[in-house]
Formats: sequence, C-alpha cells, structure tokens
Amino acid sequence: MVSYKFCEKIISRIPAGTAEIVVFGEEPRPAYDRVHLSEFFAGKTADDLVMAPADWYAANDITLHLGDPVQQIDRSNKTVHSYKGITEAYDYLIIATGSSAFVPPIPGVDKKGVFIYRTIEDLELMQDYAPRAKRGVVIGGGLLGLEAAKAMLDLGIADTHVIEFAPRLMPRQIDENGSRILEQQLNQLGLVIHTNKNTSEVLGGDTITGLQFADETHLDADMLVISAGIKPRDELAKLSGLETGHRGGILVNEYMQTTDPEIYAIGECALYNGMIYGLVAPGYEMAEVVATHIYNSLAAAPIPEKTFTGFDMSTKLKLIGVDVASFGDPFAPADTCRSIVFEDTMKGVYKRISITNDGKHLLGGILIGDADAYNMLLQTAKNKVILPPNPEDVLLGARGGSQETGAGVLGLPDDAIICSCESITKGDICSAVEAGNETLGAIKKCTKAATCCGGCTPMVKDLITGTMKAQGKYIRNVICEHFAYSRQELYDLIRIKNIRAFDEALDHYGAGDGCEVCKPVVASIMASLWNDMILDKGNDTVQDSNDRFLANIQKGGTYSVVPRIPGGEITPAKLLVIAQVALKYNLYTKITGGQRIDLFGAHLDDLPNIWEELIDAGFESGHAYGKALRTVKSCVGSTWCRFGLHDSVTFAIQIEERYRGLRAPHKLKSAVSGCIRECAEAQSKDFGIIATEKGWNLYVCGNGGSKPQHAILLASDLDSATCIRYIDRFLMFYIKTADPLTRTATWLNKLDGGITYLRNVVVNDSLGIAAELEAEMQGLVDRYKCEWREVVESPELRKRFSHFVNAPGTKDPTVKFDNLREQKKAAEWK
Amino acid sequence: MSVAISTSTTIAWFYACNVNDVPNNGGVCVKYDEVQIALFRFARRDAWYATQNLCPHRQQMALSRGMTGTHNGEPKVACPFHKKTFSLEDGRCLSDDTECSLTTYPVKVEGDCVYIGIMQEA
Repeated sequence: MVSYKFCEKIISRIPAGTAEIVVFGEEPRPAYDRVHLSEFFAGKTADDLVMAPADWYAANDITLHLGDPVQQIDRSNKTVHSYKGITEAYDYLIIATGSSAFVPPIPGVDKKGVFIYRTIEDLELMQDYAPRAKRGVVIGGGLLGLEAAKAMLDLGIADTHVIEFAPRLMPRQIDENGSRILEQQLNQLGLVIHTNKNTSEVLGGDTITGLQFADETHLDADMLVISAGIKPRDELAKLSGLETGHRGGILVNEYMQTTDPEIYAIGECALYNGMIYGLVAPGYEMAEVVATHIYNSLAAAPIPEKTFTGFDMSTKLKLIGVDVASFGDPFAPADTCRSIVFEDTMKGVYKRISITNDGKHLLGGILIGDADAYNMLLQTAKNKVILPPNPEDVLLGARGGSQETGAGVLGLPDDAIICSCESITKGDICSAVEAGNETLGAIKKCTKAATCCGGCTPMVKDLITGTMKAQGKYIRNVICEHFAYSRQELYDLIRIKNIRAFDEALDHYGAGDGCEVCKPVVASIMASLWNDMILDKGNDTVQDSNDRFLANIQKGGTYSVVPRIPGGEITPAKLLVIAQVALKYNLYTKITGGQRIDLFGAHLDDLPNIWEELIDAGFESGHAYGKALRTVKSCVGSTWCRFGLHDSVTFAIQIEERYRGLRAPHKLKSAVSGCIRECAEAQSKDFGIIATEKGWNLYVCGNGGSKPQHAILLASDLDSATCIRYIDRFLMFYIKTADPLTRTATWLNKLDGGITYLRNVVVNDSLGIAAELEAEMQGLVDRYKCEWREVVESPELRKRFSHFVNAPGTKDPTVKFDNLREQKKAAEWK
Repeated sequence: MSVAISTSTTIAWFYACNVNDVPNNGGVCVKYDEVQIALFRFARRDAWYATQNLCPHRQQMALSRGMTGTHNGEPKVACPFHKKTFSLEDGRCLSDDTECSLTTYPVKVEGDCVYIGIMQEA
C-alpha cells in the first residue's frame, strides 16, 4: 500500500519520461488494501481490494515485477538482484517490505489448523479450512486479532474465542473500562473473550485439538489464528549491511533515509526514533516525505522540504460493528489532567476524555460504542481549540438552552487535517469547494479526501455545506439535477396536481430526462398516493430494477419469485403447489427470514407462466421486489402455544392483508408476537406488535440489517381496532415525510422531537391530521389489486417479460447455473 | 449521432424491431446472431441509442433492463445490478474512472422500422 502511494506521489511530481520506476513485489498480485482485508470474507474479492491494477502501472510507465522479491542489494554498484534473476540498477532505492506476522515461540504452532492473518493467501488458506472447523480461536486481542476474529465469524464459525495475554483487550489503545464495555459488546455478537491468558502449548497430534494455558486450564479448538503482533521485514536490509533495530526495523532519519543515504525505508519496515508505525496514515506520510526528498534532489526548482517527525497514532475503527477510537494522548496521567467519563452499559457506550487542569484544552480520549464525535474531538485536541465553558458538552452535546457547542468543523483553523489518510487540510477542502467542487464526488476527485478509510466523509460533507452557505449559496435537500425539490415537497405537488405519470411530473416540475435517482422516487410517490398499477401509463421504465419486472434480479440475470404467505401460515395443499412450480421451472427454493418461500433462478420469460400457476392456486404477489410492505411475521400464538395470550397469527394475517402492496420510501417489515417472550422478534421491525394481558403493545421504527435498532414503544394495551388505526396514522405520516430510501428507524432518528413528537402526532393527534391520514390509508387499502394478476391477465403486459425483443420465447443463452446440494445456484460472476 | 467512418469500413444495417416494440423511455435487448445488443429509446427527445448488452462491471447481460436518463444533458443508462452508469453517446463509464466502457452501435429509424448498424471491414 505504501509503495503504491509512493509511486502515485512521485509520478504526480516528476514529468513523465524523466525517471524510470521499477517495482518488485513478493506477492503474486499488485498492491492491495490491507486495511479492509477482513472484508474479503464479507464478500469482497481480491480484485475489489486491489489499489491499482497492473494496467495502472503500465499506463504510468512503471515496470512491475510480481512474485519476484529483491533478494540482494549490491550497494557499491547500486544494483538489486531479484529472485527470478533480474538485475536492475538504481539511483534511489525505496524499501517498503512491510511486516510479517509475529508468531510467538509456542510449542505446536506448526500443527495443521494453525494460521496467521496477514495476506490474501493466508485468508484463502483459512477459507479452505474453515468448513471443517467447529470452534475457532484467535491468539491476540489487539486490533488485528479482533479483525481476525471477525473473519472467523464471517467464515461461519459461530463459536469463536479470543485469547489475550494482557488483562484487557486492545491494551495499546484503550483503558480498562473501555475494554470491559468492548468485551460486553463483542460477547453479544457471539465472541468469547479470555484475558490474562498465557498460551503455553498448542495441543493435538498432526492437527490442532486445543490450547493449553499457563494457568493449567485448556480450551478445545480445531482452528487457530495467531495475530500477536507484527515483525518488520528487515532481512533484506540486514543482509545489505543497513543498520536495523534490536527488535527489528530498518533505522531511518527524518527523511526516511537508511544508513545508506540513497536507500530509503518507508512503512511498517521502517524504525523511526525507536518506533514502528503500524498504521496506514503514517506510512502514507512517509511516502510523501520520500517523494518530496527525491524530487528536490532531481529538480532545478526545489519545493519546501518535508520531514517525518513521528505521527499521531489516533485511530478509529469499526470492530465487528462496534466503534472503537482513541485519539491524542488517551493515557494522560491523572495528576496532569482531569477526565470526564460517560458510560452507558445499556447501550454499550463508553467515552472518556482528558482535559487540561484549567479546562481549556482537550488532550486525548477513548470512545467505545459510539465514535461519531471522533474527527471533531481529534481536531479539537490537535489544534488546541479552546473548549466551551462546560467541557462536557464536547462529549455529550449541549443539553437544553442554547444549541451550538462551538462552531463545529467550521470553527477549525485552515491547517486542521480533515482527512488524515491523505493529509488533506480544511483549507484544501474549502478552497476546492470555492473553486466550484460542490459535491462529495467532486471533492474526492480533486483533493483525494475521503477516498481511503472514509472516516472523514461526514466532516467533508459539513465543510461543503458550510462553505457554500458562507458564500451565500442556498442549500436545499433536492432529489437530483432533474427535480429541485425535496421528496416531501414533490409528494405534495404530485398529490395536488393529481399527477399519474412520470412524464407529467417531469413536464410540470422537472427538467431534462430524469435519471436513476429521481425516476424511482417519483414512481414510489405516485404508488404511495394512488396505488395504480405501477407498470401502466409509461411508468414501467421509471420503476427501480426489481419493480420493473415485479421480481428480484439475482446474479446471472435471472429472477426470484416470492408469493405472499400472510403471517407465515400456509396449507399443505399450497406447499404442494409451490413444490410443483419449483420442480417444473427448475427453481432453487429457500425459506426466507420473513417466513416465506423464495424461488430462485427464474428466467424473465418464465415469470408470467410461473405466476399464472401460482395465482390459479390462490397465491398473490409478495412484493418482495418493492419498497413496500414485505411480511408480517408471527409466532404461533394462543391457538397452540401454552404461553400465548392472544391469537398472533390471525392478527398478523389481518395486518399483512391490510397493508399488502403498500409502497413507501423504503421497505416495511412487521411482526406480531403472542406474548412477551417475543418469538416473532417484533421489536426489530418497522412496526411490531406484542400481546399483553390487556391487548397489544405497538412498537415502531425498529430495524435489523447493517445498523440494528430496537423498536420503541409507541402505545400500550391497545385493542385491535385502535392498534390498526395507530398503524395507519404512523405509516401514512412516514410515507408523507421521509426522505427517499430512508427506513423508519433512520427517519425517526432524524425527526425533530423524536419519539415524543411522533407519539404526539399519532396518539394525541397534535397536528389534527389523524383523520386525514386514516382516510388516505383506507383509500390505498381499498384500491389494492395483485399486480401479478394484472400482468397475467394482460397479453400486452406479458409481452414485456421477454429477454429478446426480436426473438420472443428465446431465453438468454448466457445464463449459467452450477449444482449445489441437489439444487442449483447462479454461476459465480467475475 | 456521429460515427467516424474510415474508407475501409462500411456499416451493415440490420432490422432490429418495430418502433412500438420498444418502451418509450427505456430499453430492449436485440439478438444479432450470437451478439446481444441493448437498444434504447428516448421518446422525449426522439433519440435512439444502442450499446452492448453486457455490463462490463460484473459481466451481466443486463443493460437493456437498466434505467435510462441524462447527466447534464448527456444520455446514460444505469445497470440494474449495481447502478454503474454509462454514457450512451460514447459508452464510457460515468460512475468512476475505471477503464471499462461499452461498445456503441449506430441506430437509424425508417418509418416504423428500427435498424442497428454493425461496422464491417470492406
């Protein structure tokens, strides 16, 4: 990564053709992004992680030798010799060999099933081995160790343990209390943490069976990943007579020169001032220092010189979904400062900041569970910004009274670093905005800010808006270049003008031809308002990918089909029909998370025939393809369950049939539980209902997915009719006011006044619109029609489900399947 | 649409479909021997475009099912898979600076008949 960054920086300085650059790499692929290595198991491919493909090197006239490490440096003749026998002369040599995993000398680490976590090849070995492992263990509770543990979880090893020698996790970054909260959070995700454990032996014959600890306990395990630290790759430097440190690392001065001034070392192999810098940002800084130094020794007109003076090791990361950050001096001794601590064991949040005794400056701190304030706090500490009169405000936000806690990111000095990966200052970004780069994309392109870890994205966005406001530009939350309105404004306009087709909306309120952003927004608004057939009136081509063909497009270009199974209740006869259809059209079948059955691998041309058979048997569309109500999940309830208080299945069916086909700014999920044991998981849904002794409790704005959020109790002990009225009001209010593609949870988080305001609107009718909301919902319910039935019955609509316009009936011959457990799966894409 | 033609190249036009077979502001897939071509109709500006049907990002035969639109007046299509957008004028990728771009084909309409042109060596 650091080598690539150096290449990028040097070619941007020196004119093409004036210097020849040759890169030797040991690994078989070009530089890749190790910071996001764990995403390899979360679905990213090796290609996704590549920083620049081989073509990039070629396009910039850089010779690239892969799988061919330099084995010898001949310093007197200034040449290098590679493994494959290439000899290359140099004027300047940059060593960026990085580091390898440090493997502690524990007996048995050579057994089968023991891995290290460092390169894509390591990951591929783990991937091959993981299917036969039941329990995985990681030695090392530091940053990389926890990343490795996440990788194990991603590989499907649910029983994963982490062993740490120190009394706490991440001992270099966070304190005892922070570690405790982090441990709790990780436990909830299924990781078992053992601290204060010294591994004395890896047990087993050829293959690992467990770990023995010095305290005479042991742990069974069939897979082990060692992530106990890094070891600088300095062997080439040593061999060439360059000075190295006692515990490894190539000695460098402030210009990153080794003891041979024509040889530089950068990144994790370099030892500056007794320290190895194991983060990416200091490595990039080193690359910058060397690029400047070499440029100045070649150029007639030197630029201001740069030196490396150590680097702030502040860091923020997301570990298995938990924010962890430390900045400035997180361990400032108690006698030199005061600290402010906030701890919420309910939510798993811990924040500690250290401030000077006079309360004026921030020295450093630790954030666990919620690190949104990280960038702001880091800059406040770095730039010695004067703290507000109540310093706790920087941690907690101002509570009550006046709102501002300081000028935010706009109050920072111009030389404050906003993007620490690329060293982009606030001044750089603001002048780029002033020069007309007014979108995040444009800023990324021209400054490179926010292109590496992305952590500074919110600050960059604030700077764009802030700078534009300062220039007197009016910022509006508009949909795109074609519609200068917010979604809520457009919703009202389309309703008042009774607009039924996208083209009409464009004629009245838009410009140009529309695009993939505004088309689905307008289509969704019209569906929410009128509930017309979405493929009519020329609106078919403005529907999002899945709505356009009323099915979910899957890998390879086939579709999946999900018939509605209200409340998850289905008769054996209907199960038979699904089985027959799946067999007839050769479909892969899987039970969904929402208690339905998904049929995958249907050709576009087959969709109308499949649905014709399903509809004949009494099924209807499940709207799994729409930003619409999906399922209302239910537990079995009082009809069978000995704990059930009410009949949750019947109520779930009633709810699902009421709101089926309802289109909204985003998908909607619901559930009904028959008692407080909550087997239907209603509190993770957009609206969830739980039976009580006296009626139903209604919860709203919950969310599973990438950012889970529990639903909040809106009203308790409701009778069924009132419960439905409240849901009507809640859903219509959401549909009218939410931004595009905003789930109810995010909508509530942004809603001024939060749940109290929402409760006032829905339960106390504080806006006086409850009757109107209910009437609008009833109108939508009355106009519901199964859209698949309409397609099946219309020859004109059926015609559109054809792959080739000039060869109807011919299926796409490029569609390929592989076999999987007696069924099929989509052939892997490239 | 401008097509640069050198003296050694001619365009062979083949009949793709009837004008009414193509949705007003959308696309269809045309089979030309073993080749799949995405044909787009911009009814609002009475313009036609054709590109390869294969999205180069994940090698999916999908562009004809993509959503059309414009960016600063330039016609484009968004792949239904990951919303990568491509210019319909020259086929270049508008979403990022990657090298992947689309082959484009000339289109002509005579009466109700739509023709797509294939470059041929003389």
